[in-house]
Amino acid sequence: MSDALPAVHEQYQVATQQLAADRLGLWVFLASEAMLFGAVFFSLAVYHYIHPAAMHAATDQLDLSMGAVGTAVLLSSSTTMALAVKAAGEGRRWETLVALIGTVVLGLAFEAIKVHDWFDEFGKGLYPPAGPPFPLPQPAARLFFHLYFVSTGLHAVHLAVGILLVAGLVIMQVSGRLTLPERMVTVEMVGLYWQFVDIVWIFLYPTLYLVSR
Amino acid sequence: MTAEAKALPSKSYLEDGYTLSSWFFSTDHKRIAILYFVSITLFFFVGGAAATLIRLELLSPTGLFLSNDAYNRLFTIHGVVMVWFFLIPSIPNTFGNFLIPIMIGAKDLAFPKLNLASWWIFVLAGCFVIAALLIGGVDTGWTFYAPFSTMFSNGYVVPAVIGVFIAGFSTILTGLNFIVTIHKLRAPGMTWFRLPLFVWAIYATSLVMVLATPVLATTLMLIFAERVLGLGFFDPKLGGDPVLYQHLFWFYSHPAVYIMVLPAMAVMSELMSAFCKRRVFGYKVVAYSSLAIAGLGFLVWGHHMFVAGESVYAGLVFSLLSFSIAVPSAIKVFNWTATMRKGYVSLDAPMLFALGFIGLFVIGGLSGLFVAATGLDVHLTRTYFVIAHFHFIMVGGTVSCYFGALHFWWPKMTGRMYPEMLGRGTALMIFFGFILTFMPQFILGWLGMPRRYHLYPPEFQVLNVLSSAGASILAVAYTLPLIYLGWSLFYGKRAGANPWGAAGLEWLIPSPPPRENFETVPVVTWEAYPYPLKPQPVERKETP
Amino acid sequence: MPNRMTLVAVWLVLLALLGISTWVALLRLGSWHAALNLIFAVASAGAVVWFDMHLRKGSGTLKLFAGGTVIFLFIMFGFGLADWLTR
Repeated sequence: MSDALPAVHEQYQVATQQLAADRLGLWVFLASEAMLFGAVFFSLAVYHYIHPAAMHAATDQLDLSMGAVGTAVLLSSSTTMALAVKAAGEGRRWETLVALIGTVVLGLAFEAIKVHDWFDEFGKGLYPPAGPPFPLPQPAARLFFHLYFVSTGLHAVHLAVGILLVAGLVIMQVSGRLTLPERMVTVEMVGLYWQFVDIVWIFLYPTLYLVSR
Repeated sequence: MTAEAKALPSKSYLEDGYTLSSWFFSTDHKRIAILYFVSITLFFFVGGAAATLIRLELLSPTGLFLSNDAYNRLFTIHGVVMVWFFLIPSIPNTFGNFLIPIMIGAKDLAFPKLNLASWWIFVLAGCFVIAALLIGGVDTGWTFYAPFSTMFSNGYVVPAVIGVFIAGFSTILTGLNFIVTIHKLRAPGMTWFRLPLFVWAIYATSLVMVLATPVLATTLMLIFAERVLGLGFFDPKLGGDPVLYQHLFWFYSHPAVYIMVLPAMAVMSELMSAFCKRRVFGYKVVAYSSLAIAGLGFLVWGHHMFVAGESVYAGLVFSLLSFSIAVPSAIKVFNWTATMRKGYVSLDAPMLFALGFIGLFVIGGLSGLFVAATGLDVHLTRTYFVIAHFHFIMVGGTVSCYFGALHFWWPKMTGRMYPEMLGRGTALMIFFGFILTFMPQFILGWLGMPRRYHLYPPEFQVLNVLSSAGASILAVAYTLPLIYLGWSLFYGKRAGANPWGAAGLEWLIPSPPPRENFETVPVVTWEAYPYPLKPQPVERKETP
Repeated sequence: MPNRMTLVAVWLVLLALLGISTWVALLRLGSWHAALNLIFAVASAGAVVWFDMHLRKGSGTLKLFAGGTVIFLFIMFGFGLADWLTR
């Protein structure tokens, strides 16, 4: 996040050029992130394909209702974030603030659900390297949980970064450093990142909870 | 210095501050380019030292001075350092950084702070890798193949993997910066088809950087998770598939080959046109072939796994696609060669490097067709044939062009000429030293000498000694520029704005360029490579 | 920029897709529900990209990069899985 006012940096000639560059830069970054998660999904797809029975058994161990609720929470946060960007573009400070706070709350709720899930699963022995003995006989079911913990962990870290960024926007907004609509682009960038992280979960949820059920 | 400063409209970027922090925290793309240049030169000599030791060890069939384990660590550090800390950042991060904004008529990259951050990230990554080297090294080979790297290796895999992981982010951020810069910061009138071909090829490289490197990050993260957290992904005992590791790794690493060679092709187009005083033959085709190489580069990774247990049918498809990548590569080579026709060819040192590139790249490319054929590959894979093949591309091709670029833009970057005769001598030494080093390795591989062993049957000794002899020539040839370019920094003849009489925006501004590159944003009304330079807006200076 | 009602409508559609997708999985249709789950996921992701991330109003370059990324993901999945599918 830049600390300067929406002044045009010396390498740009006009503000619209800078805005277009910021937008393109963020989308290119998201393309890169998509490939990062793509490799995780690819590994999951391969193991779903070569060990269907073990993946089925492993999927059944997950708490589907918590997964569905978490997904609903994240989908809602995507909408509140979009509303925040919309309000920021129109210079409605209060509406932006409320939507941003809502987004942070929903994000924290998702993380809380996820942490609860992890403890729950750890207690059932589903974290293979440690804790109680692994309950399933199939060795490949461990592969599933290895990938489960890495992929949900990677997603949770991304979401945590998102929460910090949105919380940063809230603080900037309250302290009056986020002048709107001039600095709407800052809100927009954070929003794009946030919604990307949601999309990752939109695919993680069926891949982990549904596909092999 | 003072005389120069008086002549210039404003201070050059080199005079814009003399403190260390004015360099280490500069957001000027030209200064960051120099920072990269210094750091990768350091890594080049680290990797080069490892190569020297490898060639010394291989002088004797029984090995000269290394244990098996030490030899494994040596070739691993050679690979890791050369690939991620020299070749990948080499041309894009030095010349790309220095030239892209100037060539498109911009004052800086789109995100200067990000550019500086990516250098610092690179340095941090380098620290991890150097630390891994100092505390004992890694014995996995640069490919970190699982399950060896994840379950059995007793080397310092984790710090090395962290280092490469971090270096990846430097690459991604640089690629991102270039893409946005080329899209959004072109000067008025600088349309896509007026861009120098250098910019096209670096653009294609950047796309590969952004789309392939994150997959490497994930792959290395999985190694980390398996080694540190015990979350095994490739453990065959659990039903994990080590070939999955190879798929992920080569999904990145094959395109990474094009991250290494496309920038060399970028330099080639500039050198050929500047020293033939002609527009590059078939401009549009060369531009598109850069994109074609970048795109096709993503479709061929399976040719690294023909004998690893990959399906025969997948192998067939990957083999066919690998052949197809020869088409855009050949188009480029033919077009550069055709550029010379009816041109005023002058054989200055950069041109000698460029001609050397053509020779070595053609041999490397053609030998690539051998290993792309599934049947032949069964015999050749994991032998010295493969080693020779990719060294011809990456060292013969890319490093030659790197030195060509260094000599060509040296006057622009430093304001001084290098000693021309020494430059030409170096170019010739690199070419012939290279042939002597790696030609015998083709034969060794054909005869079946496997890579990554330091013991070999005595009948292979003559060829190995020849190869080591060539390597000693290369060692001298790669060290020479360090000396004479260093000398020229202080005693070299002053270069004018355009010592080569070359076209391109970078030659219209003073050498070394001022901090802001252009006094006023240029308006481009001409096509790329407008030879012969008619309006002569430039000061012509004779080459020595 | 889409208006508020569109965003709320998209939100309701997303929740509906989530519900249907979960319900389909509980029917245990084997590979059929797997296919449906993925289709619903693609539809939801598309809605988020198109409306919430307002790619709909984005420039051609942005659409090119977004679409290009999908193509490269297809390459990874298509060519990669082809290996296991034909072993």
